Amino acid sequence: MTYHQAVHDVPLLFEGCETPAPGERFDPTLGGMLPASLVRSELIIPDLPERDVVRHFVNLSQMNFGVDNGLYPLGSCTMKYNPKVCDEIVGMRTVTDIHPLQDPSTIQGALRLMYELEKMLCEIGGVDAVTLQPAAGAHGEFTGMHLVKAFHEANGETRKEVIVPDTAHGTNPASAAMVGYDVLELPSMDGCVDVEAVKSSVSKDTAAFMLTNPNTLGLFEKDVCEIAGILHDAGALLYYDGANLNAIMGKTSPGKMDFDIVHFNLHKTFATPHGGGGPGAGPVGVKKRLGEFLPVPRITKQGEEYRLDYDLPKSIGKVRAFFGNFAVLVRAYTYIRMQGGKGLVSVSENAVLNSNYLKERLKGDFEMPFGQLRKHEFVLSGRPLKAKGLRTLDFAKRLLDYGFHAPTIYFPHIVEEALMIEPTETESKETLDKFVDACEQILKEDPELLKSAPRNTARRRLDEAKAARDMIFSWRAYQTKVQSAGQGPPSA
Amino acid sequence: MALSECSLEMLQYLKLKSVNELFSDIPKDVRINGLQLPDGLPEIELRRELEAMMSVNKPASSQPTFLGAGIYNHFIPAAVKTIMMRGEFITSYTPYQPEISQGMLQSCFEYQSFMAELTEMDVVNASMYDASTGLGEAVLMAHRISGGNKFLISRAVSPEKRLVAKTYAKGADITLIEVGYDKGTGLVDLPDLKSKLTDEVAGFYFETPNFFGPIETQSQEIRQMLGTRTMVVGVNPMALALLRPPGEYGADIVVGDAQVFGSPMNLGGPTIGVFGCRSEHVRKMPGRIIGMTNDLEGRRSYCMTLQTREQHIRRSKATSNICTNEALLAVATAAYLALVGRNGLREIARKNIENMRSLSSRINSVKGFKAPRFDAYHFNEFIVTSESDPVKIHKALLSRGVHGGLVLNRMFPELDHSSLYATTEMHTKQDHDKLISALEGIR
Repeated sequence: MTYHQAVHDVPLLFEGCETPAPGERFDPTLGGMLPASLVRSELIIPDLPERDVVRHFVNLSQMNFGVDNGLYPLGSCTMKYNPKVCDEIVGMRTVTDIHPLQDPSTIQGALRLMYELEKMLCEIGGVDAVTLQPAAGAHGEFTGMHLVKAFHEANGETRKEVIVPDTAHGTNPASAAMVGYDVLELPSMDGCVDVEAVKSSVSKDTAAFMLTNPNTLGLFEKDVCEIAGILHDAGALLYYDGANLNAIMGKTSPGKMDFDIVHFNLHKTFATPHGGGGPGAGPVGVKKRLGEFLPVPRITKQGEEYRLDYDLPKSIGKVRAFFGNFAVLVRAYTYIRMQGGKGLVSVSENAVLNSNYLKERLKGDFEMPFGQLRKHEFVLSGRPLKAKGLRTLDFAKRLLDYGFHAPTIYFPHIVEEALMIEPTETESKETLDKFVDACEQILKEDPELLKSAPRNTARRRLDEAKAARDMIFSWRAYQTKVQSAGQGPPSA
Repeated sequence: MALSECSLEMLQYLKLKSVNELFSDIPKDVRINGLQLPDGLPEIELRRELEAMMSVNKPASSQPTFLGAGIYNHFIPAAVKTIMMRGEFITSYTPYQPEISQGMLQSCFEYQSFMAELTEMDVVNASMYDASTGLGEAVLMAHRISGGNKFLISRAVSPEKRLVAKTYAKGADITLIEVGYDKGTGLVDLPDLKSKLTDEVAGFYFETPNFFGPIETQSQEIRQMLGTRTMVVGVNPMALALLRPPGEYGADIVVGDAQVFGSPMNLGGPTIGVFGCRSEHVRKMPGRIIGMTNDLEGRRSYCMTLQTREQHIRRSKATSNICTNEALLAVATAAYLALVGRNGLREIARKNIENMRSLSSRINSVKGFKAPRFDAYHFNEFIVTSESDPVKIHKALLSRGVHGGLVLNRMFPELDHSSLYATTEMHTKQDHDKLISALEGIR
């Protein structure tokens, strides 16, 4: 155990920021350029030297853990290493300093990149057309559900229901609900979709079925063809949640599995960094019969010229202003060109190999429900920990002390005390072995060490209930809270 | 493809002969044999190729560009990039394990603090995708707050945003109804607003400055007219350095885009959606919220909170489906605001107003042009009307190495011969000179 995260006491930037004396006040009317009724009386934000600001954030960054620090096996999030060449490319002025409303003749390079990225995603996804507009995976789902709605409406139908398995990501039911659908959650059988349950749930009211394959347990839904047949026979559409695409590139594709609509998480499979929560990008691909419903504008190519086509009367309109998260698209394009077709196949092979190796080494230490062969991720149950009075949470927190980010925990809900582990292809066997060693070491430790973990991180366990109770979401709120508690003004 | 030695060891451990056996669970019918994509490139060739591909773009740094309409070219101090490119920030994810993620959590809290200060709203969340999707979510939230299946939206809002809002509204069966603008001032047409305030109306969205540039002067009257309906105000956060914050005149929800604070234009994305509300509405709010608390040693700490609103807990009953947001840009925003500081920010905002006033009066004195079209106070954007066809003017400017403003003919046919011009602190006198002499050459 050698990991120690930096511990800094970094005050908030606002701390010590005082209301300026009347003499120092800025004239907000700018000598009459604005009327007093339109201007604010004061703006209380700090004035600090660059040196202090840089130190502030560098010290904060040292209290944050990313893939650049170490293994980040957060299941379903595909925390792979992000190649640095992409940072260089998106830093070019020809990428950063272009405006979305520029005349198309002045952004031909950008339009070409997006056009080619669409084509490459078509090949990877086995679909006929792609929109790059959605800003994230969940936003792709939202777009997909609107496509479903537009498709049925064009056929004169108002279907009301979307079916998702109980292993689905939470975004699936949330996205369907946002587009006005009733959501039916289907119980799984042995970790996979129960075909009989699908048969008995599908009706004339079924608009779509949302599925990720491999599913969140890392199992390949072997009955996918039969499921697709049932849905299509009932006139419903099949939606592919691309969160787990990293497992299958070049081995199968959503299109080949007969999905009608698919979203791609560029920040997962295509190595664009997750940025502490975003930005991501969630392009959506569709089969030919849905192409006319895609958001505007579409990028077209006439001769050597790239153009923008807004003339799509059946389009769902727009889901985000402009073209989506362009800089993320540039990173993903760069990554795909770096890997090439063979490289992407190898990405999936190594992701699945790493996952199965890690699963095989760890499964004896935990319980592993449902089947053996996994794809890019697997789910263990921390149920055996209960005998020692411990929970999966305690184990996850103790992993932090060893310098590993914790896996996803308590998801999917159908596995008790779940630990969802996704090592990704970018980790070496050596790292995976060290992770196994740490897991085995932790299981031998005094349970109290786990309960009191973590200790080597910038903070120990947090009082999360207090955060919800106090509702302090800003420096202003903190000041108000401190003052109303009669503690006087807060100290810096 | 050849496997590394370590991969072979792992295969042996799994008692497998080939990596293909790992994919034996994929039914034969749906298997494919690789991908028809070009071979991979080494870094040196990749950079050459991407540089060449992008070199045909004409960035604002190579020609004066007078486009705004939601995306603005502002100066970005070098240290913003230094900070946001820290590997610990950029390669982390949503801080599900707060003990090891305090850096990102505190940075987002600092972002929330800055935006709460600028907008005077009680709560600002940790970001939405952008202003347009923030507006879409605000429409849904207004419906949750006030009920009613109609929502009013000012016509002086960008067509892009109105289209996105329409998509969001459709899912919840909410009808969007346009409220007109005054033909002389470009501000909200109050009689029109009043005539459309029926019982089914959940709320109203207007902007200040609005899409055409004018700063709204009737916010107080609008607040009174709306009664208990939800007032959603769209802001340019940069302008708030000077302008009265919407919290002061009773906004329920504030949306905007903090791209103006330290994020490049990037062809329009990523940007960062600002979303704030009054505290009584917080449980109806979408998105991540970072709260302050203590760790078990009593040290000040930060974590995600009120998560029972969110999709990973509440699934189909969540306030929104949003998961991934724009956290890294929240760091950039906080870093930008800390670097420029109060005085710096106000100077930048002042420079924007000065540039707008100077440019608009110079254009106005060119024969055949009138600016600004609307009789109102402006921030950094305004409409220019021309005697001749603005599409022809636009093309002529391009041939003279100037990217003119956005031609509005198609989007606003009622605004005949109009273009929307933006100018910021990035424009030098020479940039303005170049535009003016080009316009003089065209007429």
